Amino acid sequence: MWVYEKKLQYPVRVSQCNPRLAKFLIEQYGGADGELAAALRYLNQRYTIPDKVIGLLTDIGTEEFAHLEMIATMVYKLTKDATPEQLKEAGLGAHYADHDKALFYHNAAGVPFTATYIQAKGDPIADLYEDIAAEEKARATYQWLIDMSDDPFLNESLAFLREREVVHSQRFREAVEILKEAREQKRFF
Amino acid sequence: MAFTNRKTYTPFIGRYDPCQPIRVKTYETPPHLYLGFQPPGLEQFSPKEALKRGTLWKALYSPYTSPYGDYR
Ligand SMILES: [Fe+2]
Repeated sequence: MWVYEKKLQYPVRVSQCNPRLAKFLIEQYGGADGELAAALRYLNQRYTIPDKVIGLLTDIGTEEFAHLEMIATMVYKLTKDATPEQLKEAGLGAHYADHDKALFYHNAAGVPFTATYIQAKGDPIADLYEDIAAEEKARATYQWLIDMSDDPFLNESLAFLREREVVHSQRFREAVEILKEAREQKRFF
Repeated sequence: MAFTNRKTYTPFIGRYDPCQPIRVKTYETPPHLYLGFQPPGLEQFSPKEALKRGTLWKALYSPYTSPYGDYR
């Protein structure tokens, strides 16, 4: 079970009304390398992986939901006060036609989320290598988002999320080492 | 050459490329690629600093700014 804390992992501030950025950010909401895919991937792998790394998957999988919530907040703030006209100009007309201002799990190009974004091979090394790749891809996505955003406040939150992907990748790499050689060393989170 | 987490390469530039060529391309090689299994006792940020940066560990801190800064 989970315990919910009613606050964001990192504050989300947006300096300007820019719905176009929301269209790009949604990539990390319902995209292949987004936070939803990450959370579902890790939490699902927990059942068929050696005990030693189950806790890590629980921790990181849970944190990904906290990231999902941050992305949702960004998208909401960027779109909540936009007129249909502004949304149309921002390339969100098709989204508005289907969803009004509701968020939806799709990528920046509007492709709906699919379970095929996540893998579960059952082989611990294969699954952890997939997780490492997923973290590097999420890190890269945050880089491309920062490259396109000129909102300094938003970029602070995006830099935080990118840093977390770096830390996650490091921990998954350590998990591989733990499985390679059952070493007696303390783990640091 | 000094160590950096942003590497560069110079791709081939054709004579008739339609866009203004970017002569030096970059890619990121963040610090965790070099750390291996994290050794104990590494330097930490203060708790407040760590919350802001997204990591407790100085060795894992990876700042990022757009490499296109110079082109804009
Ligand atoms: Fe992550």
